[in-house]
Amino acid sequence: MTASATDILPTDQSIGDVSRQLTGIPLHFPARRQWWIAMAVAVALLMLFIVSVIELFTRGVGIWGLNVPVTWAFAIHNYVWWLGIGHAGTLISALLLLTGSEWRNSLNRFAETMTLFAVVCAGIYPVLHLGRPWYLYWMFPYPATMGVWPQFRSPLEWDIWAVLTYLSVSVLFWYTGLIPDLANARDRATRRGWQVFLGILALGWRGSTIHWHRWSRTYRIMAAIAVPLVVSVHSEISLLFAASQLPGWHSTLFPPYFVLGAAFSGFAVVSVIAVALRAMFGLENLVTRKHFDVLGKVLLATGLMTGYGYVFEVVDVLYGGNPHDLQTLLDRTTGAYAWLYWGAVVFNFVPLQLLWWRAVRRTGWALLLVSVSVIIGMWLERYMILVTTLYRDFLVSSWSHYTPTFWDWSTYFGTIGLFLVPFLLAIRFIPVISIFETEKTLLDEREAHDG
Amino acid sequence: MADTPYGFVAEFATEDAIVKAARQVRQAGYRNIDAFTPFPLPRLARIMRIRDSRPAWLGLAGGIFGFLLAFGMQAFVSYDYPLNVGGRPLYPLSAYAVVIFELTILFAVLFLFVGLLVLNRLPRLNYPIFNAPRFHLASKDRFFLCIKAQDRQFDRESTARFLRDIGAVSIALVPS
Repeated sequence: MTASATDILPTDQSIGDVSRQLTGIPLHFPARRQWWIAMAVAVALLMLFIVSVIELFTRGVGIWGLNVPVTWAFAIHNYVWWLGIGHAGTLISALLLLTGSEWRNSLNRFAETMTLFAVVCAGIYPVLHLGRPWYLYWMFPYPATMGVWPQFRSPLEWDIWAVLTYLSVSVLFWYTGLIPDLANARDRATRRGWQVFLGILALGWRGSTIHWHRWSRTYRIMAAIAVPLVVSVHSEISLLFAASQLPGWHSTLFPPYFVLGAAFSGFAVVSVIAVALRAMFGLENLVTRKHFDVLGKVLLATGLMTGYGYVFEVVDVLYGGNPHDLQTLLDRTTGAYAWLYWGAVVFNFVPLQLLWWRAVRRTGWALLLVSVSVIIGMWLERYMILVTTLYRDFLVSSWSHYTPTFWDWSTYFGTIGLFLVPFLLAIRFIPVISIFETEKTLLDEREAHDG
Repeated sequence: MADTPYGFVAEFATEDAIVKAARQVRQAGYRNIDAFTPFPLPRLARIMRIRDSRPAWLGLAGGIFGFLLAFGMQAFVSYDYPLNVGGRPLYPLSAYAVVIFELTILFAVLFLFVGLLVLNRLPRLNYPIFNAPRFHLASKDRFFLCIKAQDRQFDRESTARFLRDIGAVSIALVPS
């Protein structure tokens, strides 16, 4: 049958079953054991984060390995990495809503949830890096008794506006899409506590046609402006580097290069989460092999575009012939940190080539392994971009090295806990897959069969 | 008041059934009607002559507000505390562009979200329709059509009969 080849969801399930299954995840949680084990690990990491932050606030950023000339290391590196991961959630949810790609409907909710907490992890890093984080409010224009204002012509000031806007818009977009599902879960809830909790969060949503009409319009417009927001936010991050005058950073290639790398790493994380949640909650009927197939293709495509960025970065330097740029290129590929550069190349692009095969894309664990490799590769890439430019300053006398300390690593692993704890809470308490959009996909597929 | 109910609510099993029923209800002359579905049904909105383009205008208004706010804020800061950075211009649009862009989007989305709630009169945790006995299925897989008591043609006997005739699976009188 031709129609079944295009179906992304098996059509032998009714929308009532889907609704019961998905609201059942928070209401009658199926994977308690795995969840508690994951939560225990996550809480341990979060504790590590809290201890690291207390240590940092007590003793200052000197506990990290950074010093002149490498003054931006793990803090900014992981900031860029986390923020990049977040971008895939918005792209899946918003961009694919606008293009009418219905496969998104099984992935958008947890991808957006991932975005929220990845942005939180990203946003906390520059604050930690401030040295005196209690002066964060100096970033905002307020009538200070000192009579000064923030410097709006600096990328460092743009940063806070970009990240806070991105966080706020992500929360509102996520919540707008969530309201109807909260109402659904509210109506399925039988225990008083759930009814009150979901009842308040659902705001009394009743699915009236006029409400749906306004909701659809609002949601689509939000999606349409969330897409350029993603591009603008990560372009702005790249301007932190590109607007400086340092070799290896000062390049017009940076904005697209950063945005594509962000999407690349983010789709890798979405793939990991999709594989994990599918196994954890038995979602084989909703997150199908066809979803893996599409995710694999998107990962391959964004990976190749990122690879193009790598190639062009070299071409750019060779064509420009600037001696400082040439030296930085040489430092990257053959210097003390060459293992970072080649590590990024290998982890990012070598296992990725497996995704040319359909059988690999459709196998959960294979997609998972490739994605983990990409996550590591992109982490090395952000590390490489920062350190290789900085460690050899213009003045030979200030050349130095950077080695992360225990507190660098503990803060970084701690942010993984900062991500996982709220993420695990979210999949525990709210519908992890968009119910009404999945129902709509199913009905559309059935109609295509009948029609 | 117990004697004026909210209206009659009729349940339908499929998307097609409620679309057909809504058409018949409109043709029979009922105007004060509402429908409740588990997901958006643009076809139904068309039949019920529902159209509201205010969300788009709200988004635009929010965007313009954010744009002006961001531009005004940055220009004022440069005016109030002029910093000469290597002779670069004090009012450069290129340097202001990022914050202008971000706040344009932020306020567009804020206006859209608040506008959605205000236009829909939400949050409102209780509503008469929730008293209908099978209404909890409206968020799951059933489709409900309501003829309100305020409708000029509303009549306890004839409206109930009419709803049964057009194929409602169940009918309930909803108290106000």
